[in-house]
Amino acid sequence: MNLSQLVFIILSAVALIGAVGVVTNRNLFRAALFLVLSFVGVAGFYILLEAEILAMVQLLVYVGAIAILIIFAIMLSRQLMSPEYKARNEQWLWGLVAAVALFAVLAYILLKVTWPTSESTVPPDAIIRLGLSLISPKGFVLPFEVASVLLLVALVGAVIIAREK
Amino acid sequence: MNIPLSWYLIVAAALFCIGLYGVLSRRNAIAILMGVELMLNAVNINLLAFWRYVEAVQGTVTGQVFAIIVITVAAAEAAVGLALIIAVYRNRKTVNVEDVDLMKL
Repeated sequence: MNLSQLVFIILSAVALIGAVGVVTNRNLFRAALFLVLSFVGVAGFYILLEAEILAMVQLLVYVGAIAILIIFAIMLSRQLMSPEYKARNEQWLWGLVAAVALFAVLAYILLKVTWPTSESTVPPDAIIRLGLSLISPKGFVLPFEVASVLLLVALVGAVIIAREK
Repeated sequence: MNIPLSWYLIVAAALFCIGLYGVLSRRNAIAILMGVELMLNAVNINLLAFWRYVEAVQGTVTGQVFAIIVITVAAAEAAVGLALIIAVYRNRKTVNVEDVDLMKL
């Protein structure tokens, strides 16, 4: 085992422990903090995959915006930290069975297939290529513009839905 | 590059299944939304792992663009979803999905 494999194992422990904390913790606020931990672990994966810009976006958007938004929503709607509040519904056991079965099927398939990977290095100007492809008509300028419209619509829609009448 | 691709895929599958369990088992709507965010993160790990191991040799960045679009949609989904939860809480004084059954027969 070499260094990058060790880093990978530590990162996956961080991400998976965070995820388990999110779905099992009764206290919603603590669950949100575990969610932040899981997001940071995933950002580490992106650095390991040499997609540095995506790691920065992950930290900015998920940790900086989405997690804070979720914590705000928890604080605006809190009522429920009483000891008799049940965090799980009646079908949680079936949910667990379904999730474990899905993981078993996925792991079986993923370990069976040999993927056509290539031993290559990322081009050193990958970030420049990403930026250029987002604005070039031969690249992804249309999804880029549609994403901006989507964000505007979501912003206006969220304000209108959450506004006090 | 001495990490096999299948390690990333297995971890992403585990993250996806944990998120799925959260969506299926929680009663609180905000907790369900957190499960959905975990699942979207797992998908992004897959996209970037395939980009790194399969596409990067060609020097193109389609996988990264796809991941950016997924993050954008996740942000929009979180904003609108949390606004809906706030609106439901204001009207019904609950965020339990079992108690929000206005459209049930």
